[in-house]
Amino acid sequence: MEAKKINDLSESDYTSIVQSSSFQKLLSEKKKFIIPFTIFFFCFYFALPILTSYSTILNHKFVGNISWAWVFAFLQFVMTWALCMIYYKKAGKFDDMTKQVIEERRNNG
Amino acid sequence: MNTPAFLMFLAIVFVTLIITYFASKKNKNASEFYTAGGGLTGWQNGLAIAGDYMSAASFLGIAGAVALTGFDGFFYSIGFLVAYLVVLYLVAEPLRNLGKYTFADMIAARFNAKKIRGFAAMNTMAISIFYMIAQLVGAGALIKLLLGLEYTTSVLIVGVLMTVYVIFGGMHATSWVQIIKAILLMAGTLVISIIVFAKFNFSITDMFAQMKTATPLKEAFLNPGVKYKDGLDTLSLNMGLVLGTAGLPHILVRFFTVKDAKTARSSVVYATWIIGIFYVMTIFLGFGAAAFVGNAKIVAANPAGNMAAPLLAEALGGNMLFAFVSAVAFATILAVVAGLVLTAATAFSHDFYNEILRKGKATEKQQVRMARWASIGVSVISIILALGAQTLNVAFLVSVAFAVAASANLPVILYTIYWKRFNTTGAIWAMAVGLVTAIGLVIISPNVFSPEAGKAIFVGEPLFPLTQPGIISIPLGFIAGYLGTIFSRQKADVKKFEEVLVKSNTGIGIR
Repeated sequence: MEAKKINDLSESDYTSIVQSSSFQKLLSEKKKFIIPFTIFFFCFYFALPILTSYSTILNHKFVGNISWAWVFAFLQFVMTWALCMIYYKKAGKFDDMTKQVIEERRNNG
Repeated sequence: MNTPAFLMFLAIVFVTLIITYFASKKNKNASEFYTAGGGLTGWQNGLAIAGDYMSAASFLGIAGAVALTGFDGFFYSIGFLVAYLVVLYLVAEPLRNLGKYTFADMIAARFNAKKIRGFAAMNTMAISIFYMIAQLVGAGALIKLLLGLEYTTSVLIVGVLMTVYVIFGGMHATSWVQIIKAILLMAGTLVISIIVFAKFNFSITDMFAQMKTATPLKEAFLNPGVKYKDGLDTLSLNMGLVLGTAGLPHILVRFFTVKDAKTARSSVVYATWIIGIFYVMTIFLGFGAAAFVGNAKIVAANPAGNMAAPLLAEALGGNMLFAFVSAVAFATILAVVAGLVLTAATAFSHDFYNEILRKGKATEKQQVRMARWASIGVSVISIILALGAQTLNVAFLVSVAFAVAASANLPVILYTIYWKRFNTTGAIWAMAVGLVTAIGLVIISPNVFSPEAGKAIFVGEPLFPLTQPGIISIPLGFIAGYLGTIFSRQKADVKKFEEVLVKSNTGIGIR
């Protein structure tokens, strides 16, 4: 079984995978995606309690009796679903890059 | 006794026991018992995560909080949902790739030290039991209200059922109970929401216009600040909510029930949609209860508002809908406590018994037998504690569990996956400091000490002003992990980190 072969790796095997350019590329692409998005959703999330606690700016009306606080609260849901789907799509690309790392490993080992 | 409600409770018990019977035939080895053999699909696990997560505190608690405090009650819904982005972006896939049965496995994939595994297992059991006491006390009070049974009888019924599911059905039964509960809960909530929305002429603007005058709070109902007046406490609550989920052992354990990181990812995506739609509907539950049941009647049934959703069902659909929603609440409790029992028992039998005491050499049969005994032990301890806590207001224990998860578990999880220099000293420091500060701050908080008799457990001046410890304890957990690493003389094991890096990113070596 091919899958089994790739499971029995020694320390030096791991080092060589880490040093391979395909793995380095996977890591840097992941970082470039995950770090900014994580910072964004934390900021977006904490903006709501910070604004409701320390200002009354969100009490202004959006339409009718619906204030901006509710709009922002609902946008938290939209943001979560959107980032969820973006991640899902992006992760498909990472899967392809991962496959390449594993392929290379098999061909070299 | 409410006959339709009683019959629907019986139906739930019957169906879940049948599931347990069929599941019991599958539990041949430890892997089947702990993680259903890793054989769930993304859909199934997504529903099970939702069923594990949407506790009675969410369903009854948030509906009540929105009904009584308006916008502020909705904070919980937002935090509980956004938390899944932390799970998805930072934790789920590496966790699946590194661990086998428990969250301690994942830490052990990097540091093969017994004390770390033991510490992580202890945290898992502490968090699960805290969470369970809150659920059981809530269950006792709820069944007393719904069926008129005594508190002690109610707690014993729930306690016996959860033990039966787990010891006979293991993770197979637990997952299916959670899946069915998630479907029932979504269906019940959807029906009520549609009826409520119809009463507001299917118009959001109408709904808000009516809510402006429907409650004693008048316009303040629609604005933030009714419940959370202290900005720091609000931020502290929100920190605990958004960071706690990714450290809750009974949620983390669900990622080992699927075959690989890709399925773990898709189960989070399904769970996020389901949980999100549910939390949006909590607005309709809360607004509906405030408008059609009324503040006075909700508070009269239960001062915390926990009866808002069942009372709304009664107001909208008579006794049958009341009975259905009550049965859904009952199923909700059962699914959550079963997951908690299994998580705590797995930590005991896999981490303590097999890995530490038997050095990983216990046979499959011995492991499953120990897991069953551990389930009974965990259940008995929780039931006794819950019976003792009857008169105490223990709802805050859920937020304690979230705070401990965020302060003690999350730093270790993130450092283990992402920080090259992290070492065993840092791991111990983070877990110890996170656990002690989160629990310690709660003990000296207004939840436990209040100058007014009857408002908290003890009478006295609270030493810590905030009800939520997160804003202090979470950063302290992270700082302790950092300082412990920096100040220890241990050198970073770069080779081991490279192995973790490869495994967590590619799934190579996945079991």
